[in-house]
Amino acid sequence: MAGQTLYDKLWNAHEVTKRDDGSSLIYIDRHLLHEVTSPQAFEGLELANRAPWRLSANIASPDHNVPTVTKERLEGVAGIKDKVSRLQVVTLDDNCAKFDIAEFTINDARQGILHVVGPEQGLVLPGMTVVCGDSHTATHGALGCLAHGIGTSEVEHVLATQCLIAKKMKNMQIRVTGKLGAGVSSKDVVLAIIAQIGTAGGTGHAIEFAGEVFEDMSMEGRMTVCNMAIEAGARVGMVAVDDITIDYVKGRPYAPTDEQWSQAEAYWRTLYSDDNAVFDTLIEIDGGQIAPQVSWGTSPEMVVDITQSVPMPEQAVDAAQEEGWLRAYTYMGLEAGQKITDIQLDRIFIGSCTNSRIEDLRDAAAVIKGRTVASTVKEAIVVPGSGQVKLQAEAEGLDVLFTDAGFEWREPGCSMCLAMNADKLEPEEHCASTSNRNFEGRQGTGGRTHLVSPAMAAAAALAGHFVDVRTF
Amino acid sequence: MQAYHVQTGIVCPLDRSNVDTDQIIAKQFLKSIKRTGFGVNLFDDWRYLDDGYPGQDNSKRIINPDFVLNQPRYQGANILLARKNFGCGSSREHAPWALSEYGFRTVIAPSFADIFYNNCFKNGMLPIVLDEAIVDKLMQETFAIEGYELSADLERQVVITPTGEEYSFEVDAFRKHCLLNGLDDIDLTLQQGDAIKAYEGKMMQKTPWIFNEVQA
Ligand code: SF4
Repeated sequence: MAGQTLYDKLWNAHEVTKRDDGSSLIYIDRHLLHEVTSPQAFEGLELANRAPWRLSANIASPDHNVPTVTKERLEGVAGIKDKVSRLQVVTLDDNCAKFDIAEFTINDARQGILHVVGPEQGLVLPGMTVVCGDSHTATHGALGCLAHGIGTSEVEHVLATQCLIAKKMKNMQIRVTGKLGAGVSSKDVVLAIIAQIGTAGGTGHAIEFAGEVFEDMSMEGRMTVCNMAIEAGARVGMVAVDDITIDYVKGRPYAPTDEQWSQAEAYWRTLYSDDNAVFDTLIEIDGGQIAPQVSWGTSPEMVVDITQSVPMPEQAVDAAQEEGWLRAYTYMGLEAGQKITDIQLDRIFIGSCTNSRIEDLRDAAAVIKGRTVASTVKEAIVVPGSGQVKLQAEAEGLDVLFTDAGFEWREPGCSMCLAMNADKLEPEEHCASTSNRNFEGRQGTGGRTHLVSPAMAAAAALAGHFVDVRTF
Repeated sequence: MQAYHVQTGIVCPLDRSNVDTDQIIAKQFLKSIKRTGFGVNLFDDWRYLDDGYPGQDNSKRIINPDFVLNQPRYQGANILLARKNFGCGSSREHAPWALSEYGFRTVIAPSFADIFYNNCFKNGMLPIVLDEAIVDKLMQETFAIEGYELSADLERQVVITPTGEEYSFEVDAFRKHCLLNGLDDIDLTLQQGDAIKAYEGKMMQKTPWIFNEVQA
């Protein structure tokens, strides 16, 4: 008999019942809530006179709309200038108070982007099913979780029933073999994967990332990769549990202790794909060949090596791709054939749930070495993913390194990743960004996003244009 | 969810094809934190001559007297008669919220966009597909006769005209069951409450840490 994949194991462990239409009722262990996608769900509960099924499953924090400038932040909710943004944050506070849901409020030292906060606090643990009204929930799969984003009516469904109605996806394994070169990070790995399989490559699948590169990778690196599974078309990305996972979880504030810990660890160590498990789709990539990556266009698959150029239209595989590229050249203000290292940058954004953890900030800081941000760069900001990341970075003196070099050191939140708060690009500005989406207008109307790793973003800030961090 | 059995009432004819969700409820109203309050902005672009924005006092707005919803003879209508491909565009559930809050729990059309069709059932509304020729005939009758009323009987799956003609329509048996009994997805899952509790009981032994208290 064929063995089970990690996904099969997680699915089976959470199936409450099978439904007549081929879907299943899946039990949800952890539910993360933020201010943008929860208000109507709470209102729905209230209108139907329902209570949350299990309070201890939920944790909330405002992240999308919070200001990151310290002065505004110190004013708390009142410091949010935009009325709609403020109302969303106030509504989250009110709903959490009304329904008795635990919340890390705007200036709590544990507040932050939920996908950073969950693992950091030990609120997300291996083997859990984790959902959140946000597509980058896939991040948590790094801990060997079944984690994915949901819509607002599903948020209400989970609050009311602790379950979701779901259909099982197919299994995909992406193996990255070999060793990464110096200066090549987890972000480059995931961008290279998306460049190869495309933004629809993982559609309908749950992806497991496996192979030597992931076995060697830190937990934070694995989170960066799983985070962008959604950009590869899959709602779910996962990595099997190993010593690195267990060491990461141990001692976290909400992690189990004592006897419960032993019981948990024994269970978590079963969370891997069996040797004889069968995958519907298998992809293999040589990690040794991966160079630092830069996205040049308006889709996360429009990515090339730093040593390359904006592709020529004749390199497109079909007419549809060519058409997309032509549109992207215009939007991005780039010429086909232009060298990536010739792209001048106006702004630098180091942050987002993809790359705002302590290792990301250390990677970026290591590049600085006494140099300063180029005078042509209008603004370079570093936005830690959570209050805890910020404190840790300050304890290590990273904030001073950044500010001495000319970066702004900000308060935690989503910030310029999607520009729901005041942090935005102006039209036609080029930004080296460590976030996950380079869609038209994502970081501000007309803004031009280039997705890169933290080290590449820092190097670009210093040079004023993209440079190969391996030789910088 | 409110159950649906029979709805009888004045018919409002919306004589255009491909009415999309942007026209049903315009983009600027989606920033709301509510699932209520959209009724006054239903078909905002057509209904008012000035620009609509969230939170404004709608009683002070300039009404478009030509739009059907504003004509005296269609006041109090609760059945919307529309043309083909009604509800195309985005998946926003704000569209059925706006329609039902205005009072339309029944929409009759020759065809509907898929997601909109599904979203109607989720929100206690009945979308009815009738033949294009029949819709056309009903539309003409609505125009001709002031106070024209139809009845939609879900149990019997028929639309009944004032003269007693009946037109039957299809509806998925499961959806019909849910609508007749006022069951939404959450109710259906809660009917499995014992299974959920049994599952939790089992997992409290196997993975007790999942159930630890979470306090901020
Ligand atoms: S950082 Fe960006 S991608 Fe991540 S949750 Fe916030 S807005 Fe979404």
